[in-house]
Amino acid sequence: MSVQTCLAGQKATIELTLNGQRRSGKAEPRLLLCDFLRHELQAFGVHVGCEHGICGACTVLVDGRAVRSCTQYAVQADGRDIVTVEGLAEAGTMNALQRAFAKHHALQCGYCTPGILCSATHFLRETPAPTEREVRDMLSGHICRCTGYASIVAAILEAADAVSRGA
Amino acid sequence: MKSASVVSAPAASRRWVGAAVPRKEDEALLTGRARFIDDLAPLPGLTFAAILRSPHAHARILGIDVRRALALPGVRGVVTGREIAEVIGPIASVVRAPFAYYPIALDRVRYVGEPVAVVVADSRYIAEDACELIDVGYEPLPAVADLASARAPGAPLLHDNTTSNVISRRTFRYGDPESAFAAADRIFEFSYSYPRYASTPMETFGVIAHFERAPDRYTVWSNFQGPFVIQPLMAGALRVPGHRLRLITPPASGGSFGIKQAVLSYIVLLAAVSRKVGLPVKWIEDRAEHLSAASAASDRLGSVAAAFRNDGKLLALKFHNVANMGAYIRPPEPASLYRMHAASNGSYAVENIAVENELVVTNTTPVGLNRGYGGPQFYFALERVMEIAARGLGIDPAELRRRNFIPADRFPYRAPAGAVFDSGDYPRALDELLRIADYEGLQRRREQARRDGRLFGIGFAAGVEPSGSNMAYVSLAQTAEERSRGERKSGANASAVLQVDPSGQVTLRICSTPNGQGHATVAAQIVADALGLDPADIDVVTDIDTLTSAWSIASGNYSNRFAAIVVDAVAKSARQVADKIRLMAAEALDATPEEIDLSDGYARVRGSNRALPFRKVAARAHWDPAGLPPGTAPGIVETAVVSPPLLGSPDVKDRVASATTFGFVVDLAAVEIDRATGILHIEKYASVHDVGTQLNPKIVEGQVHGGFAHGLGAALFEELAYDEQGNFLSGTFADYLCPTAMEVPPLDVGHIETVSPANALGAKGMGDGSSMLTPAAIANAVADALGRDDVTLPLTLQRVWALANGREYERAAPGRRATPRRTRVSGGALNGGGEIVLSAPIAEVWRRLLDPNELSAIVPGCRTLRQEGNDRYVAEVTIGVAGIRGTYGVTIDLRDRREGQSVRFVGKATGALGFGTGSGLVTLQAEPDGRTRLHYEYEAEVGGKVAAVGQRMLGSVVRFLLAQFFDALEHRIHGRRRAWWHSLRAWRTLLRG
Ligand code: FES
Ligand code: FES
Repeated sequence: MSVQTCLAGQKATIELTLNGQRRSGKAEPRLLLCDFLRHELQAFGVHVGCEHGICGACTVLVDGRAVRSCTQYAVQADGRDIVTVEGLAEAGTMNALQRAFAKHHALQCGYCTPGILCSATHFLRETPAPTEREVRDMLSGHICRCTGYASIVAAILEAADAVSRGA
Repeated sequence: MKSASVVSAPAASRRWVGAAVPRKEDEALLTGRARFIDDLAPLPGLTFAAILRSPHAHARILGIDVRRALALPGVRGVVTGREIAEVIGPIASVVRAPFAYYPIALDRVRYVGEPVAVVVADSRYIAEDACELIDVGYEPLPAVADLASARAPGAPLLHDNTTSNVISRRTFRYGDPESAFAAADRIFEFSYSYPRYASTPMETFGVIAHFERAPDRYTVWSNFQGPFVIQPLMAGALRVPGHRLRLITPPASGGSFGIKQAVLSYIVLLAAVSRKVGLPVKWIEDRAEHLSAASAASDRLGSVAAAFRNDGKLLALKFHNVANMGAYIRPPEPASLYRMHAASNGSYAVENIAVENELVVTNTTPVGLNRGYGGPQFYFALERVMEIAARGLGIDPAELRRRNFIPADRFPYRAPAGAVFDSGDYPRALDELLRIADYEGLQRRREQARRDGRLFGIGFAAGVEPSGSNMAYVSLAQTAEERSRGERKSGANASAVLQVDPSGQVTLRICSTPNGQGHATVAAQIVADALGLDPADIDVVTDIDTLTSAWSIASGNYSNRFAAIVVDAVAKSARQVADKIRLMAAEALDATPEEIDLSDGYARVRGSNRALPFRKVAARAHWDPAGLPPGTAPGIVETAVVSPPLLGSPDVKDRVASATTFGFVVDLAAVEIDRATGILHIEKYASVHDVGTQLNPKIVEGQVHGGFAHGLGAALFEELAYDEQGNFLSGTFADYLCPTAMEVPPLDVGHIETVSPANALGAKGMGDGSSMLTPAAIANAVADALGRDDVTLPLTLQRVWALANGREYERAAPGRRATPRRTRVSGGALNGGGEIVLSAPIAEVWRRLLDPNELSAIVPGCRTLRQEGNDRYVAEVTIGVAGIRGTYGVTIDLRDRREGQSVRFVGKATGALGFGTGSGLVTLQAEPDGRTRLHYEYEAEVGGKVAAVGQRMLGSVVRFLLAQFFDALEHRIHGRRRAWWHSLRAWRTLLRG
């Protein structure tokens, strides 16, 4: 059933690109994007922390933009290009941002981390040489209960530096 | 610590311990490959549960009708509390309470969010739908939502068979406090209330439960974090022998800070549900459930008195602690009140102490472990009174503390209430703090600010950080006499199993269930040093499977126990393996074991070039047992189980060595407050720690920063708030405010190191300290800035503004008796009014307003509506507030009916997600152009989940619904939809209403 004609209780077929691969799955109109990505497409790197759009843990990239997947329906993602934390770097490697997180101990439990990485990816593309305040401003859309944020800020600033130097 | 006959790697040869080794855990987490509880599907045929919860703070359950829920396609079963109680008993507690605790309500609900029924379905979506189809009849009872009202004479009682909500009172006396108070030059007192908050891990609770028969047994996967002393209690509640309740934790857990101890209730509940429905069941808590009904740090009322000599010598302390247990006592409570007890002297050499403890039940969620566990409340009392005393005595607060610190030459120090402080040098730590914070510079800034009329304050807080809890300390809640009748308890077992496999690869298993603290990394560092390997080559398993792990009652992740005790077990197991490798290498290399060094992956004969790869030596134990030195066991599996010998049972004088190590933390906060806006700016926050040996400085730093953020949140933002009727008000992250990157200020961290004698590494547990002291330090700074002592947390913008401007803070202070009030601030009460002009004559408007067919078409979300008699309508309505969509049964009575002029609608709504009462007066007036002016006024009160999540939006939701209603009415009048600008105009009118 196409997304356009799908009614409540029925399932539509969603086709999208997930981390560079064509994927499809079934979704009721009310199925949240986060649930679809996790349980239908097994992208378990997408984490759910609040389901009401505040904590940022569920953030993924939709057509390159950071989006909270708990405030979108799966049907809205039909035909889109989605990148989750699993797709930020090639399998078996970490990109400069991820390496900076490890280096600065910018994660403890790591539950908030995938969302922050996705937001930071979008942010650094638009703001390649951010100030600390800009980084903190962007980060304020995420709750991390473990780190106290200082290490995350340091990691993002370092990654910005590394990316702008072409490292 | 003595080692075996073979010399262990001395401290000087440590290569990995103490280094900022990158974490083993990180790559999986950073690439989305780590697996958390909701990522697991360990069984085929999993079903999904949703929990129907009480919207009432206190009510009798009159009946539960699950028929409509069961009829929903996809629903596999619905289980009520009564049915659960057929297969479980109550969950036992440490104190003998006159009531039982079940993980679900049986016939009375006692807090908002208490489970009432569980639906099991093919998907969580369906299970949640079905919850709404369960009809529960409630008879609301008067509630007591705060400590003062619960303790008041004649207060409504939570539990039958009780005469008071105060369920335990204990007094303690150490030294001679009465004489010391009598002899004192000065006595300073401080009374306070300490708010309820929770550390809200980003991952919520999750449980997968599976019941099997022949024999009856349960397997439960969950993100439980221990203490595993609770496992026998859970098995007891489930009525199976201990080994028939198999608990498994997932490899990763998204934070806990103590809170996930409370998963225990859901382990028992979902296990019983699985048994009842005969299916494996998964339940993942949502955030609203977590905030309202998971667990919290116990809120407190208290007072403290401190007796001083004029020269600043602290002679005696007297504490009165009243702790809120919530509606029941869930294990390990009342431990929060006793965690700090044996260290009631804080960091001071004071010999005379009196303590009076009261445990109180209220119509709130049961409390439990939370970061700092009892410490933040304790230090808020002690460190506030120290600051007040300093001002009263005219002694600098840093200096007053210094004069009373336990002197560095008195360690190990036996505290009056029994704690043994392992090591410390508190004056040196204070010196370091004053240096890194530039105390003198801050004092000059304060003087200047005050000359300018600005509000600038400096506050300190100092304290010990007990780590590695003695499992017996909780029994202080019982008298010595009661204790003597039960089984003796003591100690804190930790285990480590170190294995080298046939290819020489090393795997360590520890039962420490970390939630982000990097245990695997640090344990690998310790093993790497002992075996001369690289930490990257050592795999560490930290999750527990009670069927296969070497667990014991103290297993788990709490009381900073990893660096205090677990590391000792790790070091011991590594020594055992190293000894065996040396023995085998000595034989193969023709040397003595004492001559063998393990380094860089080789066993070498010291001072020669004879060497064998570690792996090769180790493999021999598997491949050639016959060739091993005599008396050597084949294979390499070494288990070490330790319990610090110091941790004995409480003695008859109620003294107990409550913890293994005592770190030290001393903090300075400097704040400036803008009187006009109430904005509080943290100008400086500095914190100096003594954690003994820093096993991994990066991880230590992370813990300090994280603990600070929790302390900051508690000091400034976080409160799990209830209104006077017990409605819960903090049900979303929009209502419960956690600090974000914008609010957490820079933190200056310093360290001193006094090596702990309590374990082989010299380390102390750490991680809680900042969360314990930051609230007190910030409160002290604010008190100093404002020159007033009645500083209550959280210091929200409104509260600071009120304090700075000499106003009363308007949220009801704890202690006021519960009386329903109709104001916007008291929870779910709201009122308003407005008017609208409708394009039909009065008669038509009147007719439509009272016609059930019309009404069912215009009431937003109306599913059915019928008239009963002349003056009553009964309807079913679906409404969403703040994303919480629910169906409500609504009854509307018509009163004061004046035909064609006015009528009052008096309504009541009840649904799974909440309830409400309200009334509205509608008056009609003819306009000169023949149209009708409709004027309305309403007042309403709501409770339940809607009140918890909708606080900030309730008003606009009601206005929105009214707009929809009138829009639809106008639409009916015209028989067509009005143009959008008409709607917009109606909207504008209404929003002003
Ligand atoms: S889970 Fe989506 S913002 Fe919290
Ligand atoms: S690392 Fe645990 S929430 Fe951020």
